[in-house]
Amino acid sequence: MSKDIRIKKGLDIKLVGIAEKTTKISNQSSVYAVKPEDFHGIIPKLTAKEGTEVKAGEALFHLKSDDRILFPSPVSGKVTEVIRGARRKVLAVKIAADATQSYKDFGTKNASEMSADEVKNYLFEAGCWPFIKQRPYDIVANPNQAPKAIFVSAYASAPLAADLDYTLAGKEAELQAAISAISKLTEGKVHVSVGANSNSPLASLNGVELHKVSGPHPSGNVGTQIAKIDPINKGEVVWIVTPQDLVVIGELFLTGKLNLARIVALTGSQFKNPQYVTAIAGASIADITKNNLNNDNTRIISGNVLTGKEVKEDEFLGYYDNQITAIPEGDDYEFFGWNKPVFDKVSTSRALTFSWLTPNKKYDLNTNTNGEHRAFVVTGSYEQVFPLDIYPMQLLKAFMYKDLDEMEALGGYEVAPEDFALTEFICVSKQPHQKIIREGLDLMREELG
Amino acid sequence: MGLKQNLHNLKEKYKGTKMAPAFNAIHTFLYLPNEVTHGGTHIKAADDLKRTMNTVITALIPILIFGMFNAGYQHYAAIDPSLRTNVLANFFTFDNLWIGIIKVLPLVIVSYGVGLIVEFIFAVIKGHEVEEGYLVTGMLVPLIVPVDTPLWMLSVAVVFGVVIGKEVFGGTGMNILNPALTIRAFLFFAYPTWMSGDKVWVYDAVERAGTADAISGETILGSYAQGQEVIYSNWDKFMGFIPGSVGETSTLLILLGAAFLIFTKIGSWRIIVSTFMGAAVMGLIFNQVVAADIITESSKFYGLMNTPFWEHLMIGGLAFGAVYMATDPVTASQTNKGKWIYGFLIGFLSIMIRVFNPAYPEGVFLAILLMNVFAPTIDHYVVQGNVKRRMKRLKAKTA
Repeated sequence: MSKDIRIKKGLDIKLVGIAEKTTKISNQSSVYAVKPEDFHGIIPKLTAKEGTEVKAGEALFHLKSDDRILFPSPVSGKVTEVIRGARRKVLAVKIAADATQSYKDFGTKNASEMSADEVKNYLFEAGCWPFIKQRPYDIVANPNQAPKAIFVSAYASAPLAADLDYTLAGKEAELQAAISAISKLTEGKVHVSVGANSNSPLASLNGVELHKVSGPHPSGNVGTQIAKIDPINKGEVVWIVTPQDLVVIGELFLTGKLNLARIVALTGSQFKNPQYVTAIAGASIADITKNNLNNDNTRIISGNVLTGKEVKEDEFLGYYDNQITAIPEGDDYEFFGWNKPVFDKVSTSRALTFSWLTPNKKYDLNTNTNGEHRAFVVTGSYEQVFPLDIYPMQLLKAFMYKDLDEMEALGGYEVAPEDFALTEFICVSKQPHQKIIREGLDLMREELG
Repeated sequence: MGLKQNLHNLKEKYKGTKMAPAFNAIHTFLYLPNEVTHGGTHIKAADDLKRTMNTVITALIPILIFGMFNAGYQHYAAIDPSLRTNVLANFFTFDNLWIGIIKVLPLVIVSYGVGLIVEFIFAVIKGHEVEEGYLVTGMLVPLIVPVDTPLWMLSVAVVFGVVIGKEVFGGTGMNILNPALTIRAFLFFAYPTWMSGDKVWVYDAVERAGTADAISGETILGSYAQGQEVIYSNWDKFMGFIPGSVGETSTLLILLGAAFLIFTKIGSWRIIVSTFMGAAVMGLIFNQVVAADIITESSKFYGLMNTPFWEHLMIGGLAFGAVYMATDPVTASQTNKGKWIYGFLIGFLSIMIRVFNPAYPEGVFLAILLMNVFAPTIDHYVVQGNVKRRMKRLKAKTA
């Protein structure tokens, strides 16, 4: 029985620079990079030294604690540089791409004839395991703990998010192959959610529980959907795969190759032509955005404006990201900016802020914090954009004073940093909610396992 | 390069020094800072704490102006009661405003001056930014004291309220008690004979006491408590042409302020509504007690118990307390459910204390301070409800 999800609490932040539905085939970058920090909380053990020739799909490093979990090279080429930070922490592995790509062949498989362990091993071997993430803690899934269900959100509600109906169109076969494979990994169900009025290629899959989602952001966040469908209790684990990564997994089963190419949305007011381009994970930002970016005092973000990472032009597309956003930096003073009426910024209050008058207006927001960091003062505002059955401020405070019992009792297992992106956006005290949640989850993981 | 650039250069110069918070406080007052986001969300909503506080101040300004006129009006009307026959003609006069300027404005200046000096000193010593909480507190304080409060008394109270009520807990956002009410309570308990008589409410009534020119400064609550006749009509009470603390008299303007705060989503409508509900319920209970002849006219509580419950909502500081004091987000309950309980109990206790307080017929500030202390307890039980729901879910799974 499918269960529809309707939420009311939330906020759609409408920005200038939505990607036009045309896809430009971008040239292959000369340099790619895989950054261990894209996979939160892992400690990598390098297997490819500088100078090694790798094929696309061949491992660059594996998890120090579990050498089955491989992290593959997105392209074939030569490992040119391993960039290290403080205490020799690996920051990035750079690969100079070959002109013609060669793929490591993992052999085609038919998932329906495989056992759970065979599927798992095949995903390990081909470096696809990092696509499977888990809650609690929002990290790469621990393969030793059986998930009670697997969730796929095919509805992107974040600001300017890539339209998955568009980017995944025509990928039904790959998606079905991937679903057949991952459904072996759980005793429970595979929940797939699509937009209520969408034309999603995921709407017609077999072997899934389909949910229709409607309402403002964060309705598309998988955390919201888990909470509405089957909330996580202490001791339980759910796994999460994004639809775009399902396509990669599906293609692996069908062709035996690991193909990390994807369609990426270039969004935001600083792009001359916001549109879609093809790109491979780890591609250089400069190459993807060439001749399109207005780079005068611009913030480039791999991901969306709420949860993405700031990148420079000489850096690389995040491993999981299918969106690059470019917005103006806001490093200027504004005369009497704190008390004059505001028409060009988004607000959930009406304190001389007038965005409530123009719900459909598209805003060109910059990166100014619009105020200074303060202690928590205002109450009751987070709840308006936070659809989970959790007290957001109380949980944040528990995470700040690190009371593990409270963190657990108030719902710490059910949240991920992205669930607190909207509360962070509207926070009058400009508190770093996502950072607080991330650090708290790391602590819980360390102390409670 | 103009003011903006000069201030920016100065900010860089002061960066890291002891005086940085003091300079930044003035700088950020003129200009929204050039700070950009790092990590977390890359964009932020337009609201900050300054804007939030400024909205509350905006809602208080009409009340302050009305209070200035009323200070003069009550003074002249006490001397010449015939002025009360045509209120509107005799209210908005320059003579009235002048009394307001010489009596009320100094209260505002002293409240802000002393309070902000304390804030700046603490910010410099502790090296944190000057926080905005006092912008509202400084405006509230002159509105909740009697017009004849001596300025030195106010100064002492402000220092006490800001230091003990707020800074020792860590500043804005950390305090347990509402700072403005802490200041009011300090005045009440430190100088009871001055603060609770029947003189201090009207300008010059104290000076003239005992002379041939003596005038009365009795408030309505005082009259009721003593079983005296009240000369004010319900219209006067609602409009605020009555003696009382500077800003508490006009129920009309307070309700307009409430509407503004609720519309801007700055004030909690849950607290405002539930406070009025709580007060009405307690008032009704007292009315029923009188109606059932449990209490007779000989009782000293008869006067206030017999006051109709709806009149209780208009007189004294109840409306002002409900709209501007109880809604302080730091000291109120933080959960939506908790806010209903918190507000209801404030209203309920306000009227109860008002009726039974032998020394002083008003209880709003005491009720709010009391509930400030209990707000975390209320929240605790509300949040426990959420925790229990989670535990139940787990049990249902494992059973």
